[in-house]
Amino acid sequence: MAVAEEKTSPEKSWHAIVLQTLKRNDIRLVPYVPDRVLTPLIKNLHADPFFTTFATTREEEAVGIVSGAWMGGMRSAVLMQTSGFATLANVLASLAVPYQIPLIMFVSERGTLGEFNYGQSLVCRTMRPVLDSLAMEHHTATRIDEFEFIVDRSIKQAVATQAPVALILSPLLTGGKVFDK
Amino acid sequence: MSSNPARNTKVMNRFDLTSRLVAKLKHEEAVIGGIGNTNFDLWAAGHRPQNFYMLGSMGLAFPIALGVALAQPDRRVFALEGDGSLLMQLGALSTIATLKPKNLTLVVMDNGIYQITGAQPTPGAAVADIVAIAVASGLTNSSWAADEDDFERLIEASMSAAGPTLIGVRIDDKPGTGTTRRDPVQIRERFMHGIGVREPL
Repeated sequence: MAVAEEKTSPEKSWHAIVLQTLKRNDIRLVPYVPDRVLTPLIKNLHADPFFTTFATTREEEAVGIVSGAWMGGMRSAVLMQTSGFATLANVLASLAVPYQIPLIMFVSERGTLGEFNYGQSLVCRTMRPVLDSLAMEHHTATRIDEFEFIVDRSIKQAVATQAPVALILSPLLTGGKVFDK
Repeated sequence: MSSNPARNTKVMNRFDLTSRLVAKLKHEEAVIGGIGNTNFDLWAAGHRPQNFYMLGSMGLAFPIALGVALAQPDRRVFALEGDGSLLMQLGALSTIATLKPKNLTLVVMDNGIYQITGAQPTPGAAVADIVAIAVASGLTNSSWAADEDDFERLIEASMSAAGPTLIGVRIDDKPGTGTTRRDPVQIRERFMHGIGVREPL
């Protein structure tokens, strides 16, 4: 019973941990491209006046915006799903990595653990090879008890080392998206 | 060169227009140069620490400028983008129109060609009207500059506008003047110093 309560308590949800950890690290700007799984996080970011959060038309556009914001002295992070990450190789290799910008990305992971869309499952397999080929830091979050540590330390490392980081949100953490049609 | 009647304005020169813009900057305004010729001419117009020069990520001059404008709402931010680059990231116009940063001026250098890759015509060269696209994207304060004087007038007007401004200019196909030094970390550090985010080295 206690475990069930802890699991459903809003303060302990994965998205509450993201929001609180962003705030603690003074990350105020959060552009995103929507994703079903990210919906509660996006909704809560919009509801909190601490954050400037808005939809962009492409993930690379959001990366451009947060790169400019970082140079202007404002910390920020980008939210997207796996297929959106797949569009980013150029901007990572020509902006974030060579200019040494601490780009913080939260990627909702589609394409694994019960994926029902063949296109999503193939795209998912391109993600980690791209991250590895750019020598980019990335972590896959699967457990709620480790999640705050991973998010908080990754943000601090990205800022301190001026290097991008991808935090991949596994369905094991978020519940993912299930086939409902 | 485009035969699109929508671009019924004087054909000007990018380096000349960029020099006219830079001459008006008195308050450490930020200027983001797109890839290729827009940032070659920005460099050649007289390097300033408040200039940021892109080395890739085609189409992101406006998003990068938006980020700077959001981070520093009291600083005027200019962005110089080519028509081919803008066509690659048209959605950014809607995002900017929605956020309405009043400190952002967008300049589109339109010669209808991908000049730096061999001067091939862009897909929109003969048919698309960049300023009409911007207006339809929600950037209502968008206009073509009729000539050099009109460009200067529009730049000055943008500095006190109540929302973002987009200025379209028809330019010739002369190559950029000068070449930007290509050290990305140096470019970024100098820019951050120039806009007050970093201490001098």
